[in-house]
Amino acid sequence: MAGAIHIMPAIETHALRKVYPPNVVAVDSLDLAVEEGELFGMLGPNGAGKTTTIGILTTRVRVTSGEAIVAGANVTGQAPVVRRRIGVVPQRPNPDRGLNVVENLVFHASYFGVPRSLAVKRADELLERLGLADKRDAKVEALSGGQQQRLMIARALTHDPRVVFLDEPTVGLDPQARLGLWEILRELHAQGRTIVMTTHYMEEADQLCDRLAIIDRGKLLALDTPSRLKAQAPGDTLVDVTFDGDTEPVAGAARALEGVSNAEARGPLLRVFSRRGGEIIPALIDAGEARGLTVRDIHLSRPSLETLFISLTGRKLT
Amino acid sequence: MTDDHVPPSRVFGAILLRDVTVARRELPYFLLRTTLQPLLFVIIFGFVLPKMGMIPREYTATVLPGVLALSLTLSAVQSVCLPMVQDFGVTNEIEDRLLAPAPIELVAIEKVVAGTLQGVIAALVVLPLARVIMGPIPGLSFGNAGMLVLVTVLSGAAFAAIGLFLGTAIAPQHIGLMFSVILGPMIMFGCTYYPWAGLNVVPAMKYLVLVNPLVYVSEGMRAALTPSMPHMNVSVMLVALIVTAALFLVLGLKAFDKRAMK
Repeated sequence: MAGAIHIMPAIETHALRKVYPPNVVAVDSLDLAVEEGELFGMLGPNGAGKTTTIGILTTRVRVTSGEAIVAGANVTGQAPVVRRRIGVVPQRPNPDRGLNVVENLVFHASYFGVPRSLAVKRADELLERLGLADKRDAKVEALSGGQQQRLMIARALTHDPRVVFLDEPTVGLDPQARLGLWEILRELHAQGRTIVMTTHYMEEADQLCDRLAIIDRGKLLALDTPSRLKAQAPGDTLVDVTFDGDTEPVAGAARALEGVSNAEARGPLLRVFSRRGGEIIPALIDAGEARGLTVRDIHLSRPSLETLFISLTGRKLT
Repeated sequence: MTDDHVPPSRVFGAILLRDVTVARRELPYFLLRTTLQPLLFVIIFGFVLPKMGMIPREYTATVLPGVLALSLTLSAVQSVCLPMVQDFGVTNEIEDRLLAPAPIELVAIEKVVAGTLQGVIAALVVLPLARVIMGPIPGLSFGNAGMLVLVTVLSGAAFAAIGLFLGTAIAPQHIGLMFSVILGPMIMFGCTYYPWAGLNVVPAMKYLVLVNPLVYVSEGMRAALTPSMPHMNVSVMLVALIVTAALFLVLGLKAFDKRAMK
């Protein structure tokens, strides 16, 4: 939309609710807004309602109440329009086994009205970009799990969607394939596409996403950038300072510093729980040096998404 | 960004082309699965037994429309039902078509159209083979081509719609049950191996079998191919086929929608 003055959010939900019969509330009064071009993550444990939310946003799950607007169209009344504008990578690869690798892409594009010549060109480009060019004419059964996952990503892109949804894209992938997938997602993001992904891996959410929604039991618990979310995590920063000698005398001085909730000496290691993050580090160094010790190493453990999640829900992510 | 609006007819055409492409590759297996049984029957009851003199030659005139009905309906049912059970129950492969930018009912209707086509193909393969195996068939006539086409297409559609309903209603682990509990009795009480009029000797059965849609296909084939032989009233047969097709299309679409949308 050239010349548009305000940017419409890529996704907007209002009081979204999904109840499965008989009475299982999977999504509960969910309000979300995802901006164009954002890499948006939904983090939560299994059964949190992430997949149902993705299902609703991709028009595959019926809304019980509330509304969801995706790429400018309502998922309930304008499902075909939404489907035209989105690409979906499912949790478990479900390639069309009646077709080979390149046909999976070309036929999928044809369902979206992409002319055949353009579809073939795009399919070859995507296979190249996703490292599947040498599997072009292979049967899909011949692909590894990671390759099938990449084929699903290629498939989701054949019709040039505005918003790409990925549901737990790295579950079941080996570490190398997972890193490869992260690269692909970063590349898609760099192209300005809106990406929505779910995960229950904290590290993944932290590393990849611009903003994160923490969801549990169908409810939105927190929504912000990963770093701001982590800053919200309660509890103190752990500061480990290693000196070149016994730190017992320093520990007492450290405990007297403002912002320190506790300090203990473990040989040359001084472990300090700080309410002021790393701000107390200079004072700790001074305290050591005043007692003739020199700093060898400093390590900070920040409050994490995991600690935030535990404080919000009382349970662990995985 | 390519054109934002995709006409449903275009989506339909693309999905149909997908099924035609896949079916063409599977054709030998498909035909083996759906026409072998009827052809074996033709060999024994249309060739061997008449040659032995245990069955009169005229019986071939009863068998030919029956096996055509059987090949047509079994193919139409199975070509829709089996992949659908697999798709919904196990692989979820149909998902990529459910994400196509058209109403999801279109995917179901396309399956019925593709199933009808496959039924017609099976009938087209069996007809000449059966004729060759059985030799000259008394009373066989192709003068009723219009009726033959009408009965074939209507029957194909009716049974493809039944396939849609069964495919969405049956769990993968109960597929074997479908063959033995539904298709088995349907074939035996479907007037495929005997004319409906012949059931005058068992009046209760004559009226009970009317709930079986295969009866109308067999009798329709008789009306079209061996019009001089006894067969059911043509209007009754046509109305029954139309009602069956419409009923199961409605039921099938409902069941499909329930499976496809959570």
